[in-house]
Amino acid sequence: MAHLALALGFVLILMGLYGALTNRDILRMIVAFTIADTGVNVVLVAVGYMPGRTAPILDAAVPLAEAGARIIDPVPQALVLTAIVIGLGVTALMLAYAYRLFRARGSLDISDFTELKW
Amino acid sequence: MTRNVLIAGLLVLLGVAFWTLTMGYAPDAELNRTAAYYAQNVGREIGAPNVVTAIIITWRGLDTLGEVTVLFLTSSIVALVLAQSKAPKGASGSGFLPSGELLTTGTRMLIPLIALLGAYVLANGHLTPGGGFQGGAILASGVLLALLADPGRRFGHALIARIESVAGLAYVGLGLLGMLIAGGFLDNKVLPLGQFGAMLSAGIIPIISVLIGLKVGSEFASILSSLEETEDA
Repeated sequence: MAHLALALGFVLILMGLYGALTNRDILRMIVAFTIADTGVNVVLVAVGYMPGRTAPILDAAVPLAEAGARIIDPVPQALVLTAIVIGLGVTALMLAYAYRLFRARGSLDISDFTELKW
Repeated sequence: MTRNVLIAGLLVLLGVAFWTLTMGYAPDAELNRTAAYYAQNVGREIGAPNVVTAIIITWRGLDTLGEVTVLFLTSSIVALVLAQSKAPKGASGSGFLPSGELLTTGTRMLIPLIALLGAYVLANGHLTPGGGFQGGAILASGVLLALLADPGRRFGHALIARIESVAGLAYVGLGLLGMLIAGGFLDNKVLPLGQFGAMLSAGIIPIISVLIGLKVGSEFASILSSLEETEDA
């Protein structure tokens, strides 16, 4: 199971990178980056998974005394919560810059922006 | 042509690296030392049944404060970048057809429910999978619905900014209070830990959850309304 989730995350990262590298349209590149972002999050959560254990929330089913033996690793989940929020911030920034580029040049094709091309 | 070969080569290399990682991966049988510490001491030190919330708000509270600051910076930069192409008042959304009876009525019915769900998720962050960031995102989704249903609508930026700064100041103030009367910055023993699993327990975690939720919700709302108030929207 853990391998399946891990492989899914890696495939999403590769799909996102492929999309970001091959598409010429800035909006499509932004979508591709968010897909890669999701892939990274899936990989992180999958690494924290441990077979036969349950979510890191203690209640009647997981008494406090047995917590160390019954819950999965909570640290990757806390990290991913942070990563999702920061990912949203990055996406919002990319969209705002894409909009300004469109207003400045009337185009969203990355081929029209050649100043930084070598 | 060279481009495509380069891209394919890069992706194949990365794919091989990922494949090796996946094949060589074996899930841990035991928690590592950090996680084991968190699991064993959550009842005694934090008093919150949700270990993830305990980590985010108390053990790694400083990181969360930094993260909220990053979000604040993001919303400020988005507002700054889009300020130059802001539509004149009343012009934004004028190019759209009116959204119709169904959407308007549905929005009016749904927004209170969304706000209620957001408040529930915020207040139960230490007991259930929830907390400041999730609840704040739910509150902001209500704002998004209102903006989509009525594109000409303008939210009060002054109000959003005021909520945001009051929540942020209260968050830092509570953290400093922890230095004065508890174990350190953002320590949650400012209030008594209470009964494990009760609604009002875990020290100041529920209060900080609500503050983070208000801050995140108003930052998301500010980003959304900045994006919406541009000339082409």
